[in-house]
Amino acid sequence: MKIGVFICHCGNNISATVDVEQVAQHALTLPGVVCAHTIPHACSEPGQQLIKKNIQEKGLNRIVIGACSPRVHEATFKRVLAQAGLNPYLLEFANLREQCSWVHEDRQLATGKAIDLIDMAVNKAARLEPLTSSKVDVNKRTLVIGGGIAGIQAALDIADSGHEVALVEKTPTIGGNMARMDKVFPTLDCSACILTPKMVEVASHPNVTLYTYSEVEQVSGFVGNFKVKIRKKARLVDMEKCTGCGSCTLKCPVKAPSEFNMGLDNRGAIYIPFPQAVPHIPVIDKTVCSYILKKKCGLCQKICPTGAIAFEQQDELTEEEFGAIIVATGYELMDWTVYGEYGYGKYKDVITSMQYERILSSSGPTGGHIKRLSDGREPEVVAIIACVGSRDAARGRPYCSSVCCMYSAKYAMLTREHLPNAQVYIFYMDIRACSKMYEEFVQRAQEKYGANYVRGRVSKIFERNGRMVLQGADTLLGQSVELEADLVVLAVGITGTQSTIELAKKLNISHDEYGFLTENHPKLRPVESSTAGIFIAGACQSPKDIPLSVAQASSAASKVLGLISHDKLETSPLVAEVTILKCVGCFRCLSVCPFSAIEEQVLRDGTKVAQVNPALCQGCGLCSATCPPAAIALRGFTDDQLISQMESLCQLNPEL
Amino acid sequence: MTKLGYFPGCSLEGSASEYDQSSRYVCKQLDIELVELPDWSCCGAHAAHHTQHKLACALSARNLSIATKQGVDSVVAPCPACYSGLKSAQNQLANNPGLTEKLKSELDLDCNAKGEVFSLVELLSHIEPETLKAQVKVDLGGLKVAAYYGCLLVRPPKLVQFDDPENPTSIDNLLSAAGVQMLPWDYKVQCCGAVLGISNPDIQLKLSGDILKMAQLAGAQAVAVACPLCHANLDLRQEQINKYCKSNFNLPIIYFTQLMGLAFGASPKGLGIDKHMVNVGPLLSKVGIR
Repeated sequence: MKIGVFICHCGNNISATVDVEQVAQHALTLPGVVCAHTIPHACSEPGQQLIKKNIQEKGLNRIVIGACSPRVHEATFKRVLAQAGLNPYLLEFANLREQCSWVHEDRQLATGKAIDLIDMAVNKAARLEPLTSSKVDVNKRTLVIGGGIAGIQAALDIADSGHEVALVEKTPTIGGNMARMDKVFPTLDCSACILTPKMVEVASHPNVTLYTYSEVEQVSGFVGNFKVKIRKKARLVDMEKCTGCGSCTLKCPVKAPSEFNMGLDNRGAIYIPFPQAVPHIPVIDKTVCSYILKKKCGLCQKICPTGAIAFEQQDELTEEEFGAIIVATGYELMDWTVYGEYGYGKYKDVITSMQYERILSSSGPTGGHIKRLSDGREPEVVAIIACVGSRDAARGRPYCSSVCCMYSAKYAMLTREHLPNAQVYIFYMDIRACSKMYEEFVQRAQEKYGANYVRGRVSKIFERNGRMVLQGADTLLGQSVELEADLVVLAVGITGTQSTIELAKKLNISHDEYGFLTENHPKLRPVESSTAGIFIAGACQSPKDIPLSVAQASSAASKVLGLISHDKLETSPLVAEVTILKCVGCFRCLSVCPFSAIEEQVLRDGTKVAQVNPALCQGCGLCSATCPPAAIALRGFTDDQLISQMESLCQLNPEL
Repeated sequence: MTKLGYFPGCSLEGSASEYDQSSRYVCKQLDIELVELPDWSCCGAHAAHHTQHKLACALSARNLSIATKQGVDSVVAPCPACYSGLKSAQNQLANNPGLTEKLKSELDLDCNAKGEVFSLVELLSHIEPETLKAQVKVDLGGLKVAAYYGCLLVRPPKLVQFDDPENPTSIDNLLSAAGVQMLPWDYKVQCCGAVLGISNPDIQLKLSGDILKMAQLAGAQAVAVACPLCHANLDLRQEQINKYCKSNFNLPIIYFTQLMGLAFGASPKGLGIDKHMVNVGPLLSKVGIR
């Protein structure tokens, strides 16, 4: 046994609190240790060279690194071992930074603790075994979940590179929230004009299979080899026969609020969400259709020239295999009706930002004319309130929506273009306009379009003589203000969705309390989820605007392409292993395994024992800790290795 | 018969004695026995909690202890400020384990506050509307009234945990059950100016004037209140409001208990309705009450 110990200064991150030389001196006294060095930056090129040189010259066969968290640099040093011709799993890491120098102040005590940690690591290192990973094939197909701008962009990027993509969208059309918007900042180009060509392109791309009105039902497998069940919900319209003529939608006598127009007008029970919908094929809403509910009507069936109405259609389940998954499920507006001071949603002329998008849009319910919903009158004063449901910890929304400063300025411009005589007031907290051309955009709203910016929150909205009265504070003047407006637009904050939370459970990826998916590392792994092979893009990760969503989608696509450019993937050898002779077949391991990696194995004599599927096992160790006869060991963390660490700790500190 | 400790507070002994009279009458009709806490002290009002939180808490803690000694678990306070003080003290005693000992060691005060604290509106809201309707003897259906809750009755929401802090309906429900036409309006919880009436009357006169204006716009013939200070600001100062706002209000301000009492058949005089500055008589005669 030839153990080499390397203690990192980490600049002075570690050495300022821990006497690294003393730790190295102590390491030299431990059995099996043939050399101990301190290195200013072990992860740097000279640091890595020093380790390699020692391995080769002194014939080291176990390496202990005392440095930062293994989350940061374990992979780096494994590579160093491999490059020096050593099995990379003969490395043991002692975290002297996050778990020692950064959290202690007393140099003497911290040095003592660092010595303990190195002692434990050396003791474990002596018991490490070389491990080898196995290889699995990589499926080259990718699943993209969510057909908004992020999903479309990711699907197109991958498809254009020559790989197959399935794009799954739960609503009847792709396009997402962006399809609802009128003009988009900072260039005020028409949202539909830049989005619809992409919708058509993705739908007609030879490498893309489009599943609209479909949902992911079940996901199993692992990176490179996911098995996904997709539920194709019954449209009750035969997509092969339908020509999209829309006659049925004109004749349907049922009225239900239009989801696409945010409830501002009605659609039929059979409807095409909007004129540029892709696919341009209607869907029947089973919850309101008279024929489905009462077996009456059936007008659409009578009128359809191609006989495409299929009331008997059932949901279909299809199972497909993918190598990688991108989640791009987008966002919703938070439920602003918790704001009692704004009337709990009882005033018709207090509307949401997304409703205002539909009002401004020439394809919207008012044909692009700005009108009050109460009496159809053109407003003379439009008030926009920013940060409704954003930066409001009292309402459980402490984060910034990241877009409402910008679209509030946009509303000011568009309102003045539609109604040059109207006055626009924007109540804001701070202006956050920090991307390219954003600050200039806000300046333009103020200077060229004469938007009146009032800094302060609105504390109450009520109706007086047919107008909406806003009371609040102007914190720059230090005065209370009261404004009479005809139309109030609430810039409502952005939230993750319940359906994304449910999807995250199926995918076994993590999310935060607001329903946003959690990235693997906020800076360095921003589009990777917590599970290998699953990536995240767009506003399902955090509130973001179109440019950022598109950039993130392309980033996720490039990560997928990197993954599927390999024909085979190495699996981690740090998995659980069953000693068949010890297993009593109680299968407690099977019930605790979160990854369904434990299987039943029937031996020749008919006895049943547990068996680990190494491709599914993530090495969490739950089975090992649960197993009553200790028949399951986790490679790299065996009982023998862990007990040796505890023993060394107890010997050093007899009082333990 | 429900039995509760009754904390009238100083206003109900003086300027708002009609609130006391009518509260006692309504409770009696509804089979609620009010046991006035013997030797109760002032709740400390605005002055105490603005100068020293511990003092405000101690004053209310003492009053709550009296109730426990009297063997009544719960205490009802008609005045929202007294209610707020008592409720806040009860909350602090329950959530701050060291406070009881502190009050004992520093002030030699034995705190033993077990029961619930109710505002009168909250207490009466527990009664089934049918029970209330069964008491109604006089038809007040001709009266259009706006219920004004003020700032403290339903706030702060986390402390009082009663009714809606932005659009409360409890007084509306009580008076609807008593047969009064209640009007929807938007100024139910706007501030009346409170004690600024003394230190900065311009602000109070404007705020109170706004409330009267909104009530009038809503079509109210009277405003129902549950707070002695709101009553003083809206009723006692209505003439000053008219001067300041160049308005011409003549809007009776009536305690909700007085309206319930009238519906239950009590005489206006017995409910102290003649004590208001804005004459309620002409309005009552419209519905046949003299």
